[in-house]
Amino acid sequence: MEITAVFYLVPALIMFCCGVYGFITRKNMIAMLISLELMLNAVDINFVVFNRFLYPEQMEGMFFTLFAIAIAAAETALAIAIIINIFRAAKNIDVRSLNEMKF
Amino acid sequence: MEATIPVLILAIPLFMFVFLGLCGMKMTHKLAGILGTLGMGTVLVLSYYTAFTYFFSGAPEFINAAGERLQYMVFDQTWLQFTDKLAIKLGFFLDPISAMMLVVITTISFMVHLYSLGYMRDHHGVYEHGFQRFYAFLSLFSFSMLGLVVAPNIFQMYIFWELVGASSYLLIGFYYIKPSAVSASKKAFIVTRFADLGFLIGILTLSYYTGTFNFTELTSIPVEGLANVYQVNEGTAQGIRSIFENSAAPVFMGGSVLTWALVLIFMGGMGKSAMMPLHIWLPDAMEGPTPVSALIHAATMVVAGVYLVARLFPLYLMEETSLIIITVVGALTAFYAAMVACTQVDIKRVLAFSTISQIAFMMVSLGVARPEIHHGLGYMASMFHLFTHAMFKALLFLGAGALIHAIGSNDYTAMHGLRKHMPITHITFLIGCLAIAGIIPFSGFFSKDEILSSCMGYDWVAYIWMSLVAGMTAFYMFRLYYLIFWWKEHKVPEGHHAPHDQPWTMSLPLIILAAISCVAGFIPFGNLVTWDGHAYDFMEHFDWSVATVSLIVALLGIGLATVMYRKENSLPEKFRKALPALWTWSYHRFYWDELYMFITHKIIFNSVCRPLAWFDRHIIDGTMDSFATITNKASDAIKPLQSGQIQMYVWYYLIGALALGGITVLCLI
Amino acid sequence: MFSNILIYFVVIPLLMLAGVGLCRNVRQIRAVAVVGSTALIALSVVLLLQYLDLRAAGEAAPMLFVDSWTWFAPLHINLAVGVDGISIAMLLLSSIILFTGSFASWTIAQPKEFFLWLILLSTGVFGFFISIDLFTMFMFYEVALIPMYLLIGVWGSGRKNYSAMKLTLMLMGGSAFLMLGLIGIYYHSAPEGQPLTWNILEIASNASIPHGWQQFLFPMTFVGFGVLGAMFPFHTWSPDGHASAPTAVSMLHAGVLMKLGGYGCFRVAIYLMPQAAHELAWIFLILTGISVVYGAFCACVKTDLKYINAYSSVSHCGLVLFAILMLNTTAMTGAIMQMLSHGLMTALFFALIGMIYGRTHTREITEMGGMMQIMPYLSVCYVIAGMASLGLPGLSGFVAEMTIFVGSFKAGMADFLAGAGSLRIVFTIIACCSIVITAVYILRVVGKLLFGPVYNDHHRELTDATWWERLSTAALIVCVAAIGCFPNFFVNLIKTTFSPEIFAVLGM
Repeated sequence: MEITAVFYLVPALIMFCCGVYGFITRKNMIAMLISLELMLNAVDINFVVFNRFLYPEQMEGMFFTLFAIAIAAAETALAIAIIINIFRAAKNIDVRSLNEMKF
Repeated sequence: MEATIPVLILAIPLFMFVFLGLCGMKMTHKLAGILGTLGMGTVLVLSYYTAFTYFFSGAPEFINAAGERLQYMVFDQTWLQFTDKLAIKLGFFLDPISAMMLVVITTISFMVHLYSLGYMRDHHGVYEHGFQRFYAFLSLFSFSMLGLVVAPNIFQMYIFWELVGASSYLLIGFYYIKPSAVSASKKAFIVTRFADLGFLIGILTLSYYTGTFNFTELTSIPVEGLANVYQVNEGTAQGIRSIFENSAAPVFMGGSVLTWALVLIFMGGMGKSAMMPLHIWLPDAMEGPTPVSALIHAATMVVAGVYLVARLFPLYLMEETSLIIITVVGALTAFYAAMVACTQVDIKRVLAFSTISQIAFMMVSLGVARPEIHHGLGYMASMFHLFTHAMFKALLFLGAGALIHAIGSNDYTAMHGLRKHMPITHITFLIGCLAIAGIIPFSGFFSKDEILSSCMGYDWVAYIWMSLVAGMTAFYMFRLYYLIFWWKEHKVPEGHHAPHDQPWTMSLPLIILAAISCVAGFIPFGNLVTWDGHAYDFMEHFDWSVATVSLIVALLGIGLATVMYRKENSLPEKFRKALPALWTWSYHRFYWDELYMFITHKIIFNSVCRPLAWFDRHIIDGTMDSFATITNKASDAIKPLQSGQIQMYVWYYLIGALALGGITVLCLI
Repeated sequence: MFSNILIYFVVIPLLMLAGVGLCRNVRQIRAVAVVGSTALIALSVVLLLQYLDLRAAGEAAPMLFVDSWTWFAPLHINLAVGVDGISIAMLLLSSIILFTGSFASWTIAQPKEFFLWLILLSTGVFGFFISIDLFTMFMFYEVALIPMYLLIGVWGSGRKNYSAMKLTLMLMGGSAFLMLGLIGIYYHSAPEGQPLTWNILEIASNASIPHGWQQFLFPMTFVGFGVLGAMFPFHTWSPDGHASAPTAVSMLHAGVLMKLGGYGCFRVAIYLMPQAAHELAWIFLILTGISVVYGAFCACVKTDLKYINAYSSVSHCGLVLFAILMLNTTAMTGAIMQMLSHGLMTALFFALIGMIYGRTHTREITEMGGMMQIMPYLSVCYVIAGMASLGLPGLSGFVAEMTIFVGSFKAGMADFLAGAGSLRIVFTIIACCSIVITAVYILRVVGKLLFGPVYNDHHRELTDATWWERLSTAALIVCVAAIGCFPNFFVNLIKTTFSPEIFAVLGM
């Protein structure tokens, strides 16, 4: 049995859907951040897989993934910093209680 | 004739108005009064000069070889150009009636100026508040009235017509602190304004058809030889006549255009001259100072309506219907006002209703005037009566003013038996009463007799009706006279001085006017004022039978008054008891004011204005506001979508993305 | 560019803006406002004299001092200027009212900001009257409208936020129609194959707007401008807006801004689309005819001075649009006269109301009385303004109304006799009735407010007008009387506009 792109893409899809599900349903902001990371990594996998299977002679997908990982790290740091600040201000990180930005 | 004097006649009062209006407060009361009186005196001299030049100089521009008096335009300046043809011009126009009116107005106005110097101060000689303003307004009125009578075109007349209305408003409301004076002035202005609406539409109609505002052109009917008299070329006159005789001219509600125009113009005259049913403002106008009543509401402004009809008389002659309307309105008004005058308590109101009645006489006289009846005697009689009435009615009002000044009340019940206390007033007032009652040889006899003669020539019903009214006139005037000067001895209230005659500034006008009232009847009016300029001796048309009858009727009226009112007795009371309904209706002036109150307040204010204002605020504005409300509501309705819940946004996003994806897929398939 | 006199009507207000921006205290601001508005009056007078000279020299072009500077070539947008008698009359009016308005806001709070916005507004007004390019005209129109929001919202009284918002939104709504109309006109401004233009004169001479489009564009532009001209049923911004606005803003708004509406209706809607104007006039005649009596009736029962005057403005401005729609020289001349006359006398009214309100802190006539004894100067001025409003000869209202009535009666009778329906004559007579109703509401106010006994004894301590108030009212009264006494000068000035060449365009 040859390992085709589908073998990578299906887990990535599952991972992405888990991320979406988690992002929508979890009320804890840390958990939402983790779900976000899941989605991001699922996309990273797709990049690598498509690069490998569609354009093996090129490396843009790999580089882009590395780039995205680096950005994701920075973004996570930033997000956690925001969350900590929110916690300091609101004494909780339940996303439902943070609706100041409505209307 | 040089234009200088006519210009000065108009310019001096106008200047006095502006000058006293702006600087009056800076000068003393006395100075302002004397300046105003001097100004009017100058105008008086100039007007007399102008009128005498017109009537007696015999200059070819005023009278032609055949002895016909001509119309003469002293100057005529374009003031406002409407279209190529139509323009308002301001000018100075001399013809028999305007020359006569110059004399009347300046005489009465000067008398009133002089009289007011004494009248407008209290018993301690302190001038009334606003004395300078009073003289400024008097000057304004004199200016407007003079401008009105010398108007060579109907629009100038309208302009000054409005101005006299405004000055009358200002003068009636002179005591502006008194609410009754304020509402009286308002009423006078609005009622006459309503009449002026008719006047305006009449002018517009007339000018639309004739293409001119000019009296000369409007009134020049090419009756034989007349076109020359009015110095119009045959073509114009012919044109105007043919316009109205054109069968294609539309008929509106049974009346031809000319009828409608003339009736509407007459409506203006009805307003100013207080003809029924637009008479209601005049009795209330007595709230103004008495000299004002004498000047404006007895002698000059209120006859403007008569003057207007007289001005357009040749046009009215073309339309029998309009003359009949004038006659009927006049006759009804004369009778009505005489009825009411019999029961009023306020002496100024009696005089006011008597004025209405006498003006109605003039109107009737115009209404029955026909060229074929005694050579248009009615026209001449009307003008003659205008002249004599102005003199004796001003006299009566000024006399009443003297009484009011002395007693401090308008009510005859506070007077009674004053003849010994105020002899000058008594004699002059008596002369006025005799004149208005029509006793030979006082002036009223002659003018009223000619009115009755021309009524006689027209129709016997009119004659009997007007004779009856003449008898009533004699009755109510002598009722007033006896109640003021006789009835019982005058009781001086505790702590008051006995009433006494007035200072010379007030007496002199009374004496002069009384003198005029005695002799004015002998003025050969027929030589001066006739409808077509042909002089004639009116004694030719003097009907001794009519004169005798009218004299008898007048004496009967006086006799009845003497019996009832000379000495205190119970006859009036019995009379009142005998005819309670008549007395009540007459006392309440046949409830005209209540009717108007009902129409204006209940109908116009409460049923038109208020609902409209409500409609505006709630329906129109409500619609506009509802646009805003709907927008707001819609915004509120979709606002919850922006809930601030991030996870909700993700849901919307997901659903949207999936939907779009689905649609794309469907489309691709 | 600066050789044309007209451009200074925009330059001076801009300089005034800069001047006010640099001012440090209220005295300097007043100085800038007075000097600037005096300069504008002087400029208008100079323009008037030059214009009359040129006309006397036989200059027959429809517009004089015409000039055009390209602004955005691809869309043919130019800054095109030019004036005729009407524009000059309006410029004169605007500068006089700006002048008197400056005095009327002598002691306003936050003067710097107030004058900045007021002058910006005037810039728009002056720009509008000198423009003959539809685009720049529209732009100046908007410039004149927007500051109104702030002026009312910040310096107003009563329900000022509501009123400011209502006024702005309704006028903006009108602008939306207007913009649609103007763009429509632009796309039909020239025959096929020729470059399009925004220039009014060129559009008029091209006369290339198809008949079907005129039927659509005429109502758009007429309603668009008509909203500003307080046409029934789009007038309701006026009572609220005027009631809340500060004195000078009411003066400028009723005195000048509402004239933008009438001027625009004439200059754009009727001038460019004569056929449609002729066919559709009846709809708007009915609406404006209703405005005339309706406004007057409403004014009869209102008790707030500013409301009364605002409704009276509805009535008088209704008469302007009414007369314009009669499509004849006399009535149109009357309409322009009425714009001048109404501008001056309503400014006078609002100035006086502002001055009375500033003293008594109430505008309810039921709470005041006997002002004649307390403040005779202001009261006399009020009586004069009232007399002008009810059309007393010798003051401006009479001249304007009579010219309108003569003109519309002529149009109406001509229609009637030609069997073309009696609509015009009937509405002319209805409009004539307004002279009576006007008398009713004016005298009602005069009687209640000025005459009679003093209603409130606290009012006895109030003072009469200060020198700047006297100056501002006296200037307006002099103008009102000048028009009323020498109307022919103004009529001739305006009439030159309706020269045969232009009426050929109008098909009359």
